[in-house]
Amino acid sequence: MIIENSEVILSVRDLTANVDSNQILKGVNLELKAGEIHAIMGPNGSGKSTLSKVLAGHPAYEVTGGEVIFQGQNLLEMEPQERARGGVFLAFQYPLEIPGVSNVDFLRVAYNSGRKAKGLEELDAFDFDELIQEKLDVVKMNPSFLSRSVNEGFSGGEKKRNEILQMALLEPKLAILDETDSGLDIDALKIVANGVNQLAKPDNATLMITHYQRLLSYIVPDFVHVMEGGRIISSGTKELALELEERGYEWVREEEASEVGV
Amino acid sequence: MSATVKTLVNQPYKYGFVTDIESDTIPRGLSEDVVRLISAKKNEPEFMLEFRLKAYRQWLKMTEPTWPQVKYPPINYQDIIYYSAPKQKPKKLNSLDEVDPTLLEAFEKLGISLSEQKRLSNVAVDAIFDSVSVATTFKEKLAKEGVIFCSISEALREHPELIQKYLGSVVPIADNFYAALNSAVFSDGSFVYIPKNTRCPMELSTYFRINTGDSGQFERTLIIAEEGSQVSYLEGCTAPMFDTNQLHAAVVELVALDNAEIKYSTVQNWYAGDENGKGGIYNFVTKRGLCQGVNSKISWTQVETGSAITWKYPSCVLVGDNSVGEFYSVALTNHKQQADTGTKMIHIGKNTRSTIISKGISAGKSQNSYRGLVKIGPKANGARNYSQCDSMLIGDNAQANTFPYIQVQNNTGKVEHEASTSKIGEDQLFYFSQRGISLEDAISMMISGFCKDVFNQLPMEFAVEADRLLSLKLEGSVG
Ligand SMILES: Nc1ncnc2c1ncn2[C@@H]1O[C@H](COP(=O)(O)OP(=O)(O)O)[C@@H](O)[C@H]1O
Ligand SMILES: [Mg+2]
Repeated sequence: MIIENSEVILSVRDLTANVDSNQILKGVNLELKAGEIHAIMGPNGSGKSTLSKVLAGHPAYEVTGGEVIFQGQNLLEMEPQERARGGVFLAFQYPLEIPGVSNVDFLRVAYNSGRKAKGLEELDAFDFDELIQEKLDVVKMNPSFLSRSVNEGFSGGEKKRNEILQMALLEPKLAILDETDSGLDIDALKIVANGVNQLAKPDNATLMITHYQRLLSYIVPDFVHVMEGGRIISSGTKELALELEERGYEWVREEEASEVGV
Repeated sequence: MSATVKTLVNQPYKYGFVTDIESDTIPRGLSEDVVRLISAKKNEPEFMLEFRLKAYRQWLKMTEPTWPQVKYPPINYQDIIYYSAPKQKPKKLNSLDEVDPTLLEAFEKLGISLSEQKRLSNVAVDAIFDSVSVATTFKEKLAKEGVIFCSISEALREHPELIQKYLGSVVPIADNFYAALNSAVFSDGSFVYIPKNTRCPMELSTYFRINTGDSGQFERTLIIAEEGSQVSYLEGCTAPMFDTNQLHAAVVELVALDNAEIKYSTVQNWYAGDENGKGGIYNFVTKRGLCQGVNSKISWTQVETGSAITWKYPSCVLVGDNSVGEFYSVALTNHKQQADTGTKMIHIGKNTRSTIISKGISAGKSQNSYRGLVKIGPKANGARNYSQCDSMLIGDNAQANTFPYIQVQNNTGKVEHEASTSKIGEDQLFYFSQRGISLEDAISMMISGFCKDVFNQLPMEFAVEADRLLSLKLEGSVG
């Protein structure tokens, strides 16, 4: 929802970044305010996942220019853990499997790391169990997933749901969802979308990355951006997404070209 | 891996101090005279001197094994000190109060409290400093149950018949180069005897400490579990940090009679050398258990974290029908450490069973090899073995190898072998980071998960310790 004069959660200016000395992000500009849901669309390889990893602080990505302000702080100076504890959450496009580490331990340590950083007391296993049972409802997940190793042997859809479970638990200020819809059947998509909608609040912001329109019928964005070649080439409201669906990315490219008069 | 995955710095080895204590040290080098001198210093019975001399003469004819996957410069056996003992009144100590306070302090510093009030309430400790045993706790309480727990030297004086009967019965003096050397020069070690149908009322533990720079440590452990008895024994060890390498060549022999059960656990934390591979202990150890009786069981659990080089294959010889051998191992190598370790399960009796669970963790530029032999003899009808060898690599420069040897001479035997290799990679670590979890916690969680099957086998007090120890050792290998 768009709220007048609400707090700026994330502000990205002229962000450029390299992987293995190849420039992937070529000047990204973006601003998210509290309460808003933004969608970034764009063809494969346009740099969407790169942007999400740079925001989360993945060590393999080198920021070469620009700035990122998260709730008034210079995000790029923060360690990935600090960013996470400060409220940046990334639902991964390909969630990792962690053999031997139980989901519930992972969730508890993650939750308590955040609490510790805020100077709050850590939750013991019993209190945590109560809390997590509540959160399971958000994504209608079976409690048996708690005792299994993190994502190990989970189906694609189960992994995505597990990501949203973590998000429900950690209650981030900025949630970045990277292709959370891919690999989901329609029922799972509805469950995940419903979870994300429940978690979107007036005091947080959501950045959804997708290259399908499909997700946007379940999670309605306030703004839509089109990414191409490492830049955001067009921004608009949700109608832009519909337009895209109908006319393809080629159309945006042409629009942009005519605007700058090339 | 990117630069960040290398930065954490290894926690310094905190047991690296040297205790300043006056010691009785014999000159360097090995000869028949030295063997006689060691035996004389210990006032040993004649049969013991014979045993040593026979071993020494055998050793002269033997050569160091070259098959392990480890590399080190030649060892000059004439440059080693074969006997060094803290100077103490030669008479028998009546209580711990008579132990040199410097020694008590040294052990206190290692977290091994020998004083009456503070020690772990359910663990009896034999503390060995350089070549000799300095104290054994809870002796009286154990004696009430008929359990003998003392140093080998004391056992030689008080129970020579048991020593004569069993010493060398599991590991013959000429078994291998290092065992022969040990048989010739061993200075002390622990002796355990559990009488018939007795369950040892507490954990027994020996703590080994090498203190002198150029001395080798050659300890000898002998555990005998009579029919229907049970014992759990734990061995721990540390050494100061020296630039030079020290040789540790121990021999451990276990004998389990009918229906007896021995559980032997090791948490090995010898000094491993620095990050460039300078210094550290050469750990060349022969450990073997004989399941002599029917339904007997011997279980080895080891957590190997230290030593510059480890050469060690705790084994079970399953002679008694229905006897069981188990080997649970975590071997962690970092920096330039080299480990070649595993087990041998020799099935001789009918329906004998063995389980091997080996977890190798290699970080830094280390080399970690599992070497295991499963042999099913011609008479071992219905024998079964299950082996699982998992390797975990941390970073891109570490190496893991698996060398399983399987010999089946009986077609009713069944041998299963599983192996896997995994890697803690940057993306996995980033997943933890992105959830706010510190790298230390991330590694410790992954390692604990990886080692769970082995840690579950350790006595409770030590499982926590082992877990912590591994995390400590790995700090700095990933970042
Ligand atoms: N580690 C890497 N090394 C080299 N190129 C990479 C690496 N990771 C991503 N890229 C390249 O960066 C571009 C953007 O990738 P990505 O951000 O994953 O796109 P999207 O998520 O929009 O599909 C692609 O051309 C991809 O090949
Ligand atoms: Mg992507």
